[in-house]
Amino acid sequence: MNTLERKTTNSSGTEKATLFVEMRGIVKSFPGVLANDQVDFELRGGEIHALLGENGAGKSTLMNILAGLYRQDSGIIKVKGNPVYFSSPRDAIRAGIGMVHQHFMLVPSQTVTENVLLGLDDPRFLLRLPDFDSKVADLGERFGLKVDPRAKIWQLSVGEQQRVEIIKMLYRGTDVLIMDEPTAVLAPQEIEGLFMTLRAMIAGGKSVIFISHKLQEVTAIADRVTVLRRGKVMAAGLTTAGVTRQELACQMVGREVIFQLDKKPGKPGEIVLDVNDLHAENDKGLPALRGVSLNVRSGEIVGLAGVAGNGQRELSQVISGLRKCTQGHVLLNGDLVSNCNTLFGIQHGMAYVPEDRTHVGTAPNLSVTDNVIMKKYRQAPISKHGLLDMTSATKFANELKQAYDIIVPNVATPVRLLSGGNLQRVILAREISGQPAFMVAVQPTRGLDVGAIEGVHRLLLTQREAGAAVLLISEELEELLSLSDRVYVIYEGKIMGEIKVEVEEPDQSLIETVGLMMTGTPLDQIPKEGAAAHV
Amino acid sequence: MSESSISALKSKRRLPFRIHIEPRLSAPPAWYPAAVSLGAIVAALFLGGVLIAYAGGDPIRSYLHIAKASFGNIGVISDTIVKATPILLTSLACSVAFRMKLWNIGAEGQFIMGAFGASAVVLTPMLAPETSRWLFIPAMMLAGMAAGAVWGWIPGVLKARFNVNEIISTLMLNYIAVAWVNFWIFAVWTEGGFQMSPKFSQNTWLPRLLDYAKAIPVFRGLTTHLGLLIGILAAVILWLVIYRSRWGYEIRLIGDNPRAAQYAGINITRNTILVMMLSGALAGLGGMSEVSGVVHRLQTSPIAAGYGFTGIIVAWLAKLHPIVIIVVSILFGALILAGREIQPSGVPKMIQGIILVCLIASDFLMRYRVQIIRTDAEG
Amino acid sequence: MDFIVILHAGVASGTVLLFATLGEIFAERSGVLNLGVEGMMLIGAMSAYSVTIATGNLWLGVLTAILLAGLLSQVHAFITITLQADQVVSGLALTFLGVGISLVLGEGLSKAGTVSLMPSFSIPLLSQIPLLGPIFFKEQSVLVYVGYMLTPLAWFFINRTRPGMHLRAVGEYPAAADALGINVYRLRYLYVFMGGMLAGLGGATISLAISPGWFSEMTTGGQGWIAVGLVIFAQWNPLRAAVGSYAFGALRRLILDIQGPTMLLGLRNPFYYNPYWGFFLQMIPYAFTIIVLIIGSREAMRKRLGAPAALGTPYIRGERGL
Repeated sequence: MNTLERKTTNSSGTEKATLFVEMRGIVKSFPGVLANDQVDFELRGGEIHALLGENGAGKSTLMNILAGLYRQDSGIIKVKGNPVYFSSPRDAIRAGIGMVHQHFMLVPSQTVTENVLLGLDDPRFLLRLPDFDSKVADLGERFGLKVDPRAKIWQLSVGEQQRVEIIKMLYRGTDVLIMDEPTAVLAPQEIEGLFMTLRAMIAGGKSVIFISHKLQEVTAIADRVTVLRRGKVMAAGLTTAGVTRQELACQMVGREVIFQLDKKPGKPGEIVLDVNDLHAENDKGLPALRGVSLNVRSGEIVGLAGVAGNGQRELSQVISGLRKCTQGHVLLNGDLVSNCNTLFGIQHGMAYVPEDRTHVGTAPNLSVTDNVIMKKYRQAPISKHGLLDMTSATKFANELKQAYDIIVPNVATPVRLLSGGNLQRVILAREISGQPAFMVAVQPTRGLDVGAIEGVHRLLLTQREAGAAVLLISEELEELLSLSDRVYVIYEGKIMGEIKVEVEEPDQSLIETVGLMMTGTPLDQIPKEGAAAHV
Repeated sequence: MSESSISALKSKRRLPFRIHIEPRLSAPPAWYPAAVSLGAIVAALFLGGVLIAYAGGDPIRSYLHIAKASFGNIGVISDTIVKATPILLTSLACSVAFRMKLWNIGAEGQFIMGAFGASAVVLTPMLAPETSRWLFIPAMMLAGMAAGAVWGWIPGVLKARFNVNEIISTLMLNYIAVAWVNFWIFAVWTEGGFQMSPKFSQNTWLPRLLDYAKAIPVFRGLTTHLGLLIGILAAVILWLVIYRSRWGYEIRLIGDNPRAAQYAGINITRNTILVMMLSGALAGLGGMSEVSGVVHRLQTSPIAAGYGFTGIIVAWLAKLHPIVIIVVSILFGALILAGREIQPSGVPKMIQGIILVCLIASDFLMRYRVQIIRTDAEG
Repeated sequence: MDFIVILHAGVASGTVLLFATLGEIFAERSGVLNLGVEGMMLIGAMSAYSVTIATGNLWLGVLTAILLAGLLSQVHAFITITLQADQVVSGLALTFLGVGISLVLGEGLSKAGTVSLMPSFSIPLLSQIPLLGPIFFKEQSVLVYVGYMLTPLAWFFINRTRPGMHLRAVGEYPAAADALGINVYRLRYLYVFMGGMLAGLGGATISLAISPGWFSEMTTGGQGWIAVGLVIFAQWNPLRAAVGSYAFGALRRLILDIQGPTMLLGLRNPFYYNPYWGFFLQMIPYAFTIIVLIIGSREAMRKRLGAPAALGTPYIRGERGL
């Protein structure tokens, strides 16, 4: 996409050598992990400085310290040359540093203005919201962030909520804005809007720290970049103009990054999953799916792309049987599975890897054994005549522990003590060991480190080769495009179009097309350009 | 800036030690939970002693009295067991509901209704008065369990269908049960205008040890009755169900993560109602055992004696494990038995409250590790 | 059966429920479920009575009740907020504790003598309003008038002030409040304390105004639990809480009065001729609470509103670290 590749220049060409923020020798450890290991970081006034690294590299921790949420074990922080110590976010904000979190810190039932005013001393006692509504709206206008101050947060889209978060910080007069993975919830076109806002802020005299793990964005928007890996600084303050993506990737991951996966050519067979004109409501009673139709054949991976919150969660829930649909149906190998008990789907070979490992996928206080038999406990050999055979259950669990490389002292360990990667392996072991005919995986690699991600990708591809039908729902476009044979795009509960992915490395026009669909343009309205092929 | 000045910035007071708290990453050693619970009880007894002293009593004497009055000789041990039997059953009732995170505070009411059901068999009468005891007793057991199950069914349905908070609904049903039984005692089955029903004939009594004193002289005067065996049997069966049966697995799964259970295809609504009924039935069985084994008539005050509430504490203390519940019930039986004579009379209840508070507080140590670090060692 | 009299008594005894319910609304709005209300009310009733007998000073009794009940609530606060224990079980434990301590310290109180009541009076002009006057403003205890003032104040505080906004934020999405520098823990301690104090005030209202005396556990007779149910019915709104509390109070008075007359609605009054049917009347407040709960829960389900979102979950800052 052109906009991502365009390099930006600083608003004024003058050399801004003044150090606005200085962090020296920051050390922070949590039980079991050293998150920041003698980290140095500098921010100059008027620049956009990116903090690059994989999941778990320590970027968020470092910035949480700067924003006053955590306290460092040792190391110093200086703002405008003066040493500071933040005991709470309030101190940081008072020093001019504010953070826009990846998971928004907004109270859903309150209005935009109320959220902006939260925690401030002004108004003193009486809430006269209308006075402040206009102040909030004006501030938004100034930086290109349009939002209705009287709207309640739960009524806003994700992009609008992000604008509220930014306004919150601007309202408090912060000079430094820390953005934590801000593009995770935005479609490519919305990202451009964000970048314009950031440039407006620089022009307005602010500085920005941009946390990301996405190379393209970093090289597109940032003036300088610092790379973290496993808690240590790999490269500090490199000027982005003078460095290539490959070099940055190397620093980030520590080895030659192979952008390609070992994906054999696909041999799709019969249609296994048939979703037809599906309509469903979300938890608030608003329509989430508005006539979704798609299908998945055996032996292929079908991806579903889309910005979070456009119905993916509801779709996976209807397919797996956790949610009722109001219209339409889902067929699994010809059998109706929608609006039936989840058991029916399980018995017909459905596997589900949910988005939320801890809240839906597993029972935290039960053992590994108890968790892996969740789908099989009704049958022999695990249970006979209503009684559980713990010996065969334990044997089964141990077999899975071996096969899926689950690292745990023994299978009686409660599952809440497992790391994210191990937890995902438990879930995958449970789901895949049933030789499913069909699997829907939602955000399967979220929050995992590179090794675990590779493992999950390999498992998905193995399933594909074994003839299973896989529906992969993910927000990581790269992951989708490299794994899938076909990709659907969902927007506001409707399918915008379907694209066949034939090339190994996703090319620009394909990404552009998908990006346009992700923001609401149906496929048949996109002018065909170059190599974008569609069904 | 050096490290020590950071500490200077952080701590404004100078204490010789620092408390460091961090979440546990691995399960604590197996003996830890028991040790922590024991420590909590010791702390509770200490606190209770302080309050007793403040109210004018003598704590040491009170506690020694409790020990002697409950375990001093075989006679009082038998009395302790008699007091423990209803607690055993109500604790089992609470434990099975708590496993599914259903807070059944209504074991008291279910117990009372169980007593009512069993008495109804005798007093209506449903069986001819000369019927053999081996027909009467199972009939009373069934009636007691049925009545208790109904009293558990009501809040179960309310919760499953209307999401009515079961704590309040079961509690309200406690009060309603008392009024209900009072009505029958005062208005229908009263004995000569007194506040109790006529005494039940011997063929409705649960056999007691002293019935066999002719053959085994040691049993003379021992009122321990069959209810104990019934309770122990119930505990063993419950253990089997919870840990070794499919249904037990489902109950445990729902209690730990209802959404995962839903995904596994388990019907939460149906299980809510069934578990509440089971819980009610167990408590009802306790009511029957008390009426048939001890009181031998329907009378409010010995029946509505707080066994249902004690059951909550015992279940929690035993961490919901049926076999441990047997042991803990005996301890609490001792507390209640000896507590009868302690002045002031609210002491047993207060001690139960303190124990529960200390227990809950001690749970913290299971999830977090507390270290006391001397600051001078840190340089 | 004089309906004015019934409603008048209803407002009076409903004030007890009102204080407890308002207190619980504050606690729950901040995200903490406090089931120990019954124990705190009982401690309030006991200490108010006992201190008044000892010192002869009614207001000192009330003050003691408020402080002691508040103190007890802080035990619950410590266990649930700092130690992050389960709020339900902790509340239950506090009930046992509160009831137990009240019984122990209140030993012999029923024979300790009698106490003069809190002053009652009428408000000159307002008591002459037709219908409403004799009910609300004629010969009511000073504590009842306190209740009239507290209700709109509570509503205003929660919905129209800055600290009220912070309270709501802490109960809905504590992480947001925390990130902006609001001390979630401190606020929750504060509002649990307020809940305890108001529960204590409710208890004092019983023993010093409505049903003076000490009757062990029957002094409160489960009203603390009814208050918890009323919070749900009130949908966490102080104004609705007042309506529910006064209605309940009226119900209790109605139950008493209905047993008096020989004729009821033109027929022989069954409750007069068969006094034991009074036991069924005793069931009514409790059965009613269940009905009230059903209504409240269905409404919450329907409107998809309901409890403060963070109610019942301890707030743990960040994923790791205390």
